[in-house]
Amino acid sequence: MTIEEIQEELIDEFSMFDDWMQRYEYMIDLGKSLPLIDESLKTDDKLIKGCQSKVWLHSEMKDDKVVFTADSDAVITKGIIAVLIRVFSNQKPQAILDANTNFIDEIGLKEHLSPTRANGLVSMIKQMKMYALAYQTQVKN
Amino acid sequence: MSFNIQKIRNDFPILSREVNGHPLVYLDNAATSQKPKQVIDAIVDYYSNYNANIHRGVHTLSQEATDAYEAARKKLQEHFNAKYLHEIIFTAGTTHGINLVANGFAEILKKDDEVIVSAMEHHSNIVPWQMLCEKTGAVLKVIPMNEEGELILSEYEKLLSNKTKLVFVNHISNALGTINPIEKIIQKAHEYNAAVLIDGAQSCSHIKPDLQKLDVDFYVTSAHKMCGPTGVGILYMKESWGKKLPPYQGGGEMIAEVTFEKTTYAVLPHKFEAGTPNICGGIAFGAAIDYLNNIGFEAIVKHEDQLLKYATEQLLAIPGLTIYGTGQAKTSVVSFNIEGIHPYDIGTIVDKLGIAVRTGHHCAQPIMDFYKIPGTVRASFAFYNTVEEVDALVKAVQKAKMMLS
Repeated sequence: MTIEEIQEELIDEFSMFDDWMQRYEYMIDLGKSLPLIDESLKTDDKLIKGCQSKVWLHSEMKDDKVVFTADSDAVITKGIIAVLIRVFSNQKPQAILDANTNFIDEIGLKEHLSPTRANGLVSMIKQMKMYALAYQTQVKN
Repeated sequence: MSFNIQKIRNDFPILSREVNGHPLVYLDNAATSQKPKQVIDAIVDYYSNYNANIHRGVHTLSQEATDAYEAARKKLQEHFNAKYLHEIIFTAGTTHGINLVANGFAEILKKDDEVIVSAMEHHSNIVPWQMLCEKTGAVLKVIPMNEEGELILSEYEKLLSNKTKLVFVNHISNALGTINPIEKIIQKAHEYNAAVLIDGAQSCSHIKPDLQKLDVDFYVTSAHKMCGPTGVGILYMKESWGKKLPPYQGGGEMIAEVTFEKTTYAVLPHKFEAGTPNICGGIAFGAAIDYLNNIGFEAIVKHEDQLLKYATEQLLAIPGLTIYGTGQAKTSVVSFNIEGIHPYDIGTIVDKLGIAVRTGHHCAQPIMDFYKIPGTVRASFAFYNTVEEVDALVKAVQKAKMMLS
């Protein structure tokens, strides 16, 4: 599936809920199914700065696609990362770089997008795009 | 004046707004207080009617602004019972006051002198002293605390010696709410001729300190924690220290005479008040002091103690909930965690329910390291909070627990 298709799918899923509580509960559940980062990779250099909770993000290239794994010590944060990983993992670097994040507004998580918000959703997206950029540069060379 | 909670709440315009579709329940008072219309009016009045620069102009507006600003200083002197008016120095806030003193002591401290700080300080009362020690070669010592979040005074006494030059302690811990026994701390330090700085950022909305009785050398606080605006505070400095310490910043206001050969400094307090000050802020600070005194600190503390007691009981009834800071002397702060749940998650859910609490390390990482936790959820109550708001908090925390575990 392309990034756009996955985003559409998420918008569809989240539109089933009437209120924020159901949305959050669903997101927390998504967090539980997150492909966990290997314990040995939970090092300080994998931590994303700007989060009040700890977020570790790891990436690797498999074939020509970027695969992300991550974890957090807070479950809402974990849910947010799960959503991001579903969108961005297993995609080509250029597709990750080209993707917009408007879907976050549409699934009702807009309040987490503020750059001053301590959960660091913006930092997570930035970090994922940074990895994609790094791999993209490698591919070109 | 009798304590009429509804009348008081009506003074605070912000308390009638909604957040996320719920009535705002503001329980982040330790971070900053809300402002009553009396203070907001003072700000509007200043800019609408007599905005001018002070201390220099001969025109009427300048005179009116100067009079109002100096009248606020007088109010602060009376409120804190300072001996002299010139011992009250206007600052940009607590952090500014601390840095002003630290800067002065950079000239006084020598290698191997010792400075003592407590284990429960806000970062703003740790970092300037670490910088000072790096600069001077002085040594930083730490008064430890116990599990209840109280300073261990017997350990403090062991740290004191003739090498001790300075002691810095907060009056009330922002993260735990512990009221520290500053009378004893000051008295013991003075036995060794050490100076004491008390950080009153958290205390002055609950306690009216009598600075002469305390015999403290420096006391700092911020207006915004006491219903006043941000960006203004005071540093109380005993007259003898005011003469001893060098100026912090050079500029207008702080000079007596300037030639290219030499500048002589102004007398106290202007020596430490370089540049155009926060005139409106100072005047509004005075209005805030009037407002609080009009309600009365006894009535304020009585009401807040009731809220603290009730909140503590109700929160502890939630299984798995731990409160940090359980000392005997405590102000209306409840710092807590629920087993297995990150404080950030709780804060996010209760915010969706209209409740403002603080989560995180509260700029006091050494305390979090002590308890080996990433942070806490902190609810801090003011005199305008109600029992119903405590109920709303408890209900929201229960809901969060249900969703998150």
